[in-house]
Amino acid sequence: MKAPTIKNDIFVMLIFSAVILSMPVWLEPLGASYPDLLQKFAIFGIFAVGYNILFGLTGYLSFGHAAFLGVGSYTAVWSFKLLTMNIFPAIIFSVLLSGLFALLIGFITLRRSGIYFSILTLAFAQMFYNLAYSVLTPITNGETGLQLARTDPRVIDRLFSEAGEGLPSTDFFGLAMSGYSGFYVCAVILIFAFFISQRIFHSPFGVKLRAIKSNQTRMKYTGYSTRPYLLTAFVISGMYAGLAGGLMAATDPLAGAERMQWTASGEVVLMTILGGVGTLIGPLLGVGIIKYFENIFSALNEQGLHQAYAFMPDWLANIMVPMTSPFVGEGWHLTLGSLFVLIVVFLPGGIMEGINMFKKLFSKKTSEPDFKPIKKKTTPETVK
Amino acid sequence: MSNIILEIDNVQKSFGGLKALSDLNLKIEEGKVHAIIGPNGAGKSTMLNVCIGQLAPDSGTVTFNGENMIGKAPHEINQAGISRVFQTPEIFPDLSLLQNVMIPAFAKHEGAFKMNIFRSLSNEHNIQDEACQILEDIGLIGQLHSIAGSLSRGDKRRLELAMCLVQHPKLLLLDEPTAGMARHDTNKTIDLLMKIKEGGMTKIIIEHDMHVVFSVADHISVLAQGTIIASGTPDEIRGNPKVQEAYLGGAHL
Repeated sequence: MKAPTIKNDIFVMLIFSAVILSMPVWLEPLGASYPDLLQKFAIFGIFAVGYNILFGLTGYLSFGHAAFLGVGSYTAVWSFKLLTMNIFPAIIFSVLLSGLFALLIGFITLRRSGIYFSILTLAFAQMFYNLAYSVLTPITNGETGLQLARTDPRVIDRLFSEAGEGLPSTDFFGLAMSGYSGFYVCAVILIFAFFISQRIFHSPFGVKLRAIKSNQTRMKYTGYSTRPYLLTAFVISGMYAGLAGGLMAATDPLAGAERMQWTASGEVVLMTILGGVGTLIGPLLGVGIIKYFENIFSALNEQGLHQAYAFMPDWLANIMVPMTSPFVGEGWHLTLGSLFVLIVVFLPGGIMEGINMFKKLFSKKTSEPDFKPIKKKTTPETVK
Repeated sequence: MSNIILEIDNVQKSFGGLKALSDLNLKIEEGKVHAIIGPNGAGKSTMLNVCIGQLAPDSGTVTFNGENMIGKAPHEINQAGISRVFQTPEIFPDLSLLQNVMIPAFAKHEGAFKMNIFRSLSNEHNIQDEACQILEDIGLIGQLHSIAGSLSRGDKRRLELAMCLVQHPKLLLLDEPTAGMARHDTNKTIDLLMKIKEGGMTKIIIEHDMHVVFSVADHISVLAQGTIIASGTPDEIRGNPKVQEAYLGGAHL
């Protein structure tokens, strides 16, 4: 439980950046290195990293973060329609507007804690979802979803060029947002988002948030006004969600209300818990696993299974295929559900807990120095 | 006659039909250790709860350093200079001992809210030094990086005391700081209390252990049925017939 040093943090950031940027390479053997999925990994990664700042640090379980995702998406598409196809202003607006919404919603919902807070956030998200289908249709275009059109004004783009034939596509100062370049833009933003999250986790502010989770009563009698802390965390995580929503629209310029449904809020909760609540990397692992299952496992069919079992004798493969086929294809939810149950029951701290247990086991066998009593060296000058 | 730092004036508090505090009047002198004793259910803890803003009294005022504390939020009262050690230790069980003590130190230095997202905790050397100093004094320095929740009950109490001391409060409220401690630990706590007594911090201490009370207190008040029935120096209290009655065979024992 030693405080991480800055050197350590920089080291982690370097490794992290390398791992994220080389994703197209090392995901190749897993069959998950196509740009569409890579973009999803990065975007949901941002969403989960931000969500973890609220849920992981303060313990406040929000069931409404999809609303901010939706706000971010709609804002970005409007920016594409009215201003320019460059995603830069779109993302800035997404973050700002979702932050504003988070401020309003957080101000109201943070008056309660525990289950009541969760229910209030859920209520707000469902309200947004239903409004998007009803009274807000002029802004959201209802069930069809908000789309680009040739006739959109796009005033900034018009300054430089005439409207071309067909729909324009999004870019980041000339870098196309589709394909691998789109992934790299998202990945760089994810690295930046992760960096901010790491700073928050290791700042005095982050430790105070953790203290609120640990014992809010003590915090109050220790001289802290806890609500501004909670509200700040709520707004920051709302802005992360807005950023993710904006990027979703950037990679695929279409915003629909289904993005704001409660299942989308639930998904990010699952991702965070699966990976490890309150750990830096955990939520990203959760994202990786859930998105991988959703996209790869769901595409497996019986034929794929036969191929996977090709190394077995035929009779065994013939038994294994019917036994495992309910878990793939349409049944991928079953696999994910079982995995989730197993992890929550046996590793309440998520995959990260498992990794840490493994690490401990490993270090016990190889090196003893870990168990030396703490020397004064690690503590600043205390003895006079 | 030194300054009165805390004045409880005519405070009443009832829970349903039960009168927990009735016409409670108490003056605490600055720099003194003031012990409150009394039988179970006398309203001792309720009194502290009113002082720190956990409970609002039905009527009456609590004045601290010339300022009315009634109606203030708990964090404002703490920022004004009152810290409390609870009867059951209120610590941050998921954090390390060092963090447990650093957080109150931050509250003292930075106030009720500060958004310092881009400062690194490991660079806060001043706060760390301060926290380590207190942990050293209290004898928990060897477990600096352990998780507070794993401590023994006695150590949790001492940790909580450290969390209060690091704030250098003007007034420290101690609710049975030695309850449930072994004799050895009790003596250690007494030594510690004597040590901080020299620092001139005003303290109100609620205690059942008369050994502790008579070792540390300058002044003792006896609370029974929500009101002060006697007040004086330890010697005066020892010989007071009313106190003996309340403790040794009064109507409500």
